[in-house]
Amino acid sequence: MALLRYAVRRLLFMIATILALSIVCFGIIQLPPGDFLTAKMAEMAATGDAVNVDAVERLRAQYGLDRPFIVQYWLWVSGVVVGDFGFSFELTKTVREVIGDRLGISLAVEFLAIVVLWAIALPVGIYSAVRQYSIGDVAATIFGFIGLAIPNFLLALLLMYISFVAFGATITGLFSDEYMNARWSFGRLVDFFSHVWAPVLVIATAGSAQVIRILRANLLDELSRPYVDTARAKGMAEWRLIMRYPVRVAMNPLVSTIGWLLPTIISSSIVTGIVLNLPTLSPILLRSLLSQDMHLAGALILLMGVLTLLGTLLSDLLLAWIDPRIRMA
Amino acid sequence: MTATTVDDRIVAAGTETQWQLIWGRFRRHRLAVFSGIVLILLYLSAALAEFIAPQDPHAFNARFTFAPPQSINLLDRNDEGRLIFRPHVNGYAVEVDPVALRRTFVTDPEEKIPLRLFGKSEPYRLMGFIPMQHKLITVEDSRTPLFLLGADRLGRDVLSRLIHGTRISLSVGLIGVIMSLVIGLVVGGLSGYYGGLFDLIVQRVIEFLRSLPTIPLWMGLAAALPRDWDALAIYFAVTIILSLIGWTELARVVRGRFLALKTEDYVTAARIDGASDLRIVMRHMVPAFTSHIIAAASLAVPGMILAETALSFLGLGLQAPIISWGVLLQEAQNIRAVATAPWLLWPGAAVIVAVLTMNFLGDGMRDAADPYAQ
Repeated sequence: MALLRYAVRRLLFMIATILALSIVCFGIIQLPPGDFLTAKMAEMAATGDAVNVDAVERLRAQYGLDRPFIVQYWLWVSGVVVGDFGFSFELTKTVREVIGDRLGISLAVEFLAIVVLWAIALPVGIYSAVRQYSIGDVAATIFGFIGLAIPNFLLALLLMYISFVAFGATITGLFSDEYMNARWSFGRLVDFFSHVWAPVLVIATAGSAQVIRILRANLLDELSRPYVDTARAKGMAEWRLIMRYPVRVAMNPLVSTIGWLLPTIISSSIVTGIVLNLPTLSPILLRSLLSQDMHLAGALILLMGVLTLLGTLLSDLLLAWIDPRIRMA
Repeated sequence: MTATTVDDRIVAAGTETQWQLIWGRFRRHRLAVFSGIVLILLYLSAALAEFIAPQDPHAFNARFTFAPPQSINLLDRNDEGRLIFRPHVNGYAVEVDPVALRRTFVTDPEEKIPLRLFGKSEPYRLMGFIPMQHKLITVEDSRTPLFLLGADRLGRDVLSRLIHGTRISLSVGLIGVIMSLVIGLVVGGLSGYYGGLFDLIVQRVIEFLRSLPTIPLWMGLAAALPRDWDALAIYFAVTIILSLIGWTELARVVRGRFLALKTEDYVTAARIDGASDLRIVMRHMVPAFTSHIIAAASLAVPGMILAETALSFLGLGLQAPIISWGVLLQEAQNIRAVATAPWLLWPGAAVIVAVLTMNFLGDGMRDAADPYAQ
């Protein structure tokens, strides 16, 4: 019951947040001076094409570009709710067509990155707390600090450079040429996994340094608790003891860090996706922003924000389910 | 009269002000002190960029496209074959690959270009207003090449560009944090001190901003900047955009301090005494958390620098005639360019050094500012 009340409260808050986000995104769409059609007209005039003023005015009325902000927002947002994200004027396709299966690939890369992040951070964090000040702990701390200091795109560039020099291979993209536009098959899946390690590794380092630091600090607190001594005095095997009690307690606050972890992961996957030219949402976001194709850009930013919020909601609910202190608060 | 002498004796026996205590604790944090020194050097080289950079960062020379870095040799043989101290670099000889017709640079051991400390150069203005005509390192003949970190695709000196980029990259971080600090102090202070509905709204706004990925928001706002603005306007606009989203953490810290201090006895005493809100805040509360805020702000600087670098790298932040580390790294976007000229990644090393040292310094300052630390 308490869990249900908690879930409803979180859900309501998320809906309000999404509303606020949609206003921000529409604001971004509206920010550049003029609208897409004035830009288009200027371009047509510059290249010497005849400008069909009538047609332009018709388009303008169709997209409500001559109406006040609030009306335009309503037109846009009521479309978004039913999955109509508008039209990419530059690519002359609907935003949905542009997004296509890039959304799924984006999610897959980000999900894998989170899995890898935990796979790196958990053992390293536990090890450096249990063996505090050992060489491994110092190495992990140094790695952590450097991981915090190195921008993702630089890491991606370095990885590209190293693999280019060492193996003569470029690690851009996610598919080889023959699978680029193929349908999903076992071969394509294998091909995907043979490419995906590079971006996943780069994105995972973004958050792992911080997760290691938090886990290490939490676990150090727990390891000095009396219950650990008790279990040890009773003759419990050391590793079994550590994994069974203190690690589980130290993990709890960690689950709640997903709240900031997801925004970090999404942010870094965008930069990495652009540098490594992945078939994800990121390169088209950059492209649409550079060409001020704002309907596409706004839709993408909204989509990324909503996905982040959904992920955060899921992790919050998971945490409340694990930890009664949260759903009772 | 006697009272003052007693006071004097107590002071002589050792009372330390809060700042002296903080400084004492900070000094024991060796890594933080070392980082502080590195950062002072970085900011000095940013301030004195024109003097330290061997060349004009915009000067290009097609003859030296992608010329590799030269190394400085301190010793040389004189006419009798004895080793003497004569710092020099070697010139380039160009070899043309007969198959690919690609030009490659090799160092020419015969051509020696002597280096001068504080040698004469073209007259210039240091920081834009001090007329000078000496530089830290010069070559005798200005036509001979000096590329200590190599040259880029237009034959510009990477080292000089890196030093000039330091000025923009490091100042974006500082100015951005100062702006976030102003927003954070006002908003966080008001919501922490008065609480109530305003606090509730501010908390929700902060939660909202923190739950979103920042990069796409920054990208969206930066892309909306008009293309025809001049460099300075773009610079300030980018800084404002960074601080518009970056203020939340500082506001949270300020609010937390206000909430904690509001119920302290001495604050209540001041209120009963009839002090105005402004006086309570400025005279009694602010001194109690200044050190905390400075530490929190210093930890926010590296985030700003990373954000500027990423935005500029993507082509959405600062644009070409301005030189920042992110703008320089744009040159390294192409894997072919990096493969032929890996020295284009040097600005990345500068970013890492700056961010690492800022993190260490901030950590040290935070620990030193905590009165309850052992």
